[in-house]
Amino acid sequence: MDLRFGDSKPTDEERAAVDALLGPAESAWEGADRTDADLRWARGGRAARDRRDLLLPGLHAINDRIGWISEGALDHLCRRLTVPPAEAYGVATFYAMFSMRPRPATVLHVCTDLACAAAGAGDLCAGVESRLGPGSGVAVERSPCLGLCERAPAALAIRAGDPVRTAVSAPADVEAAVVAGTAPDAAPEEPPAASAVPQAGQDGLVLLQRVGVVDPSSLDDYRAHGGYTALRRAFALGPAGVIREVTDSGLLGRGGAAFPTGRKWQATASQPDRPHHLVCNADESEPGTFKDRVLMEGDPYALVEAMTIAGYATGAHRGHLYLRGEYPRALHRMRHAVEQARARGLLGDDVLGQGFAFDIEIRRGAGAYICGEETALFNSIEGYRGEPRSKPPFPVEKGLFGKPTVENNVETLVNVLPVLTMGAPAYAAIGTGRSTGPKLFCVSGSVARPGVYELPFGATLGEVLELAGVRPGLRAVLLGGAAGGFVRPDELDLPLTFEGTREAGTTLGSGVVMAFDGTVPLPRLLLRIAEFFRDESCGQCVPCRVGTVRQEEALRRLADRSGAAAADDVALLRDVGRAMRDASICGLGQTAWNAVESAIDRLGAYE
Amino acid sequence: MTVTPLGIPRRLLEFTLDGEAARVPEGATILDACRAAGKDVPTLCEGDTLRPKNACRVCVVEVEGARTLVPACSRRAEPGMVVRTDTERARHSRRIVLELLASSVDLSTTPRVAEWIKEYEAKPDRFGPDAARLNETPKIDNDLYVRDYAKCILCYKCVDACGDQWQNSFAISVTGRGFDARIAVEHDAPLTDSACVYCGNCIEVCPTGALSPRSEFDRRAAGTWDESAQTRTTTVCAYCGVGCGLTLHVQDNEIVKVTSPHDNPVTHGNLCIKGRFGYQHVQNRG
Repeated sequence: MDLRFGDSKPTDEERAAVDALLGPAESAWEGADRTDADLRWARGGRAARDRRDLLLPGLHAINDRIGWISEGALDHLCRRLTVPPAEAYGVATFYAMFSMRPRPATVLHVCTDLACAAAGAGDLCAGVESRLGPGSGVAVERSPCLGLCERAPAALAIRAGDPVRTAVSAPADVEAAVVAGTAPDAAPEEPPAASAVPQAGQDGLVLLQRVGVVDPSSLDDYRAHGGYTALRRAFALGPAGVIREVTDSGLLGRGGAAFPTGRKWQATASQPDRPHHLVCNADESEPGTFKDRVLMEGDPYALVEAMTIAGYATGAHRGHLYLRGEYPRALHRMRHAVEQARARGLLGDDVLGQGFAFDIEIRRGAGAYICGEETALFNSIEGYRGEPRSKPPFPVEKGLFGKPTVENNVETLVNVLPVLTMGAPAYAAIGTGRSTGPKLFCVSGSVARPGVYELPFGATLGEVLELAGVRPGLRAVLLGGAAGGFVRPDELDLPLTFEGTREAGTTLGSGVVMAFDGTVPLPRLLLRIAEFFRDESCGQCVPCRVGTVRQEEALRRLADRSGAAAADDVALLRDVGRAMRDASICGLGQTAWNAVESAIDRLGAYE
Repeated sequence: MTVTPLGIPRRLLEFTLDGEAARVPEGATILDACRAAGKDVPTLCEGDTLRPKNACRVCVVEVEGARTLVPACSRRAEPGMVVRTDTERARHSRRIVLELLASSVDLSTTPRVAEWIKEYEAKPDRFGPDAARLNETPKIDNDLYVRDYAKCILCYKCVDACGDQWQNSFAISVTGRGFDARIAVEHDAPLTDSACVYCGNCIEVCPTGALSPRSEFDRRAAGTWDESAQTRTTTVCAYCGVGCGLTLHVQDNEIVKVTSPHDNPVTHGNLCIKGRFGYQHVQNRG
């Protein structure tokens, strides 16, 4: 491969940002093999090319330091990694958090997604935009869900520099958001993670038992509260024993697809190809979902321990934690936890002196919902555009870097701890026969106490809403997030289990329970969902790339129409939606019409 | 003695295709089987010299037990699989995909698509006059070829041909995402500022005419492009000793385009800048 670079050069600052990540270049020939006999020739560049996966961290390094990515900076990064500039440009333009054009050093992301929209994000945006006009040094960007739904409306300020600084304002008013944007260092501190857990400190909690109880920065405190007993039990059982326990527990994946975790682990563990990889999907971008953030912020060592167990069981020595870019505090806490665990021999060459080598690498996403799709996530880590791959082959066979990979969501992994500490039978006794264990629900919208709730599977929708204090005038509940579906207020006895929701023709998805009262106009809500999918489609396949646009157009036309006047467009939505569900490459396109369809069929929107 | 390479012997596997038993070599795709059985499954992003990308989704078929439809071009046949190519469900998706494509890009130079639109009764106008379209102006920034992305269906074939599958120039990539995704060189620069080596292999694989030689583009613009009046002559490139096969497209005794036979074991349809664009000397009649 002959690489051709333009004439643009990086500034000293940009060069420093890249070199801080990659280390200074050894020579101008970096990445190429040169023989002493003939110093004029450099062949290869393969060594550097093998570090292609540092492209995304490299883009982050530049964007964090400067606030945007110039031609010179991108070309410099490409030279260092032997990546063709066109490909790197394709990757950089894929992510919403990167800019390829100059912009102010501070960007204030104001969430305009479902929960925030219902809580007045529109007025907040308008107010912030009028206060922070041109010349304020702050760029205001309307953002998809920031995962702060329990404190809606939310804003996130990111100020480029060394180091990059962030500030969260939630619940935000114009004044607080402006302070976060103009003086992130002076912004008031975020409330502790436990404030998102109304049940914090209650007896009987399993997954949330330590949130608000332990100091999330202290490994000793984690161990004092039962930490690392599950890993000890895992070492006592051996890898096959751990997989047997997980299989017997009936644990189903909590990311939305509900695949049996034990089967996935077994399938990966038994692959002869090496090395095996473990990926923890912490790219929680489903509108309305924030449980993984709360777990990582409130009990970070639990995830470190759970990943270690998963790696041990499946024969992976490297765990990749892919954490969404909009979660600065979760990133900070997880980084700290990984460093502490490494320093104490709980990660590294010899975990707990058991001869098992395992380490965790944290990768930060950069604003792309699609990267929560498992194969898109692999591409993103590898330094390619976050486009999903077609399956088969499945990740257990060919996943990250083409090797057998087990990928689990944060909540799924954290469930492995009680599986091992309680034992499979006790764990399986929680919940229902086919949906075992405790489940986290992200309750937001029109409720008095929004937050993450833990209940055994089988609790009804009404029970969850009652815990959260549902406000009068309930009009609809969105289950499972933007990719989920709406249910009516007369369906509150719906049991929240995988099988129960399936029988009722809806889905539990990622555990979103978002309540809407009559003050939220339904057509506006549906339009926001359509906008979200149009924005987040990777654009790879036609049904999703064009279908999501046609869906949004139809919903715009339908905004103030109903009955016979709406029939044509509703029929068009059904036609397009069916093809999107049937023919799209991945789950994004396949589910992009779910919520709208359910609003038409169950709520009688546009009738 | 002529030696005919036979390749590694492959086992045959059996599966059911539209109710009938089909036997295909291991590794064959459903599309291969369809073609062998004489079935006409529409394809756009599939290319005979490239690994299937399955991005256009116009070849989707129904496989028993699969939750969604599967792309025939890339899904390999498995023993015992039950495939139906012409169900209402598959036809519905194909129709909508054709409607979505034809409503958003200019398919006027895409071979066979008009025929499929008729066959599947697709109505691209149904999305109304305000339906978003690509509407890009053609990029004419060099003398050799034109990029008219208003015709681009984002099949990724040019990216693959320029990248690791053939040319290894990696001059073009997909940028942006969703409906705003486009094919572009680095920094959206003109082609002349990019890593392009003008081999034109991207033109060779483009299924819609979004990429065309300048000679063809200009003649189309002038209304003097007439494929029915063209003859094709296959010959060998005279520039170097590799022996690449060339197909000269001649109209009115003038070479108007050069392509390369895809079944040529040397080039597989690929050429270099000289073979594809360096033909003026032939018709330089002084």
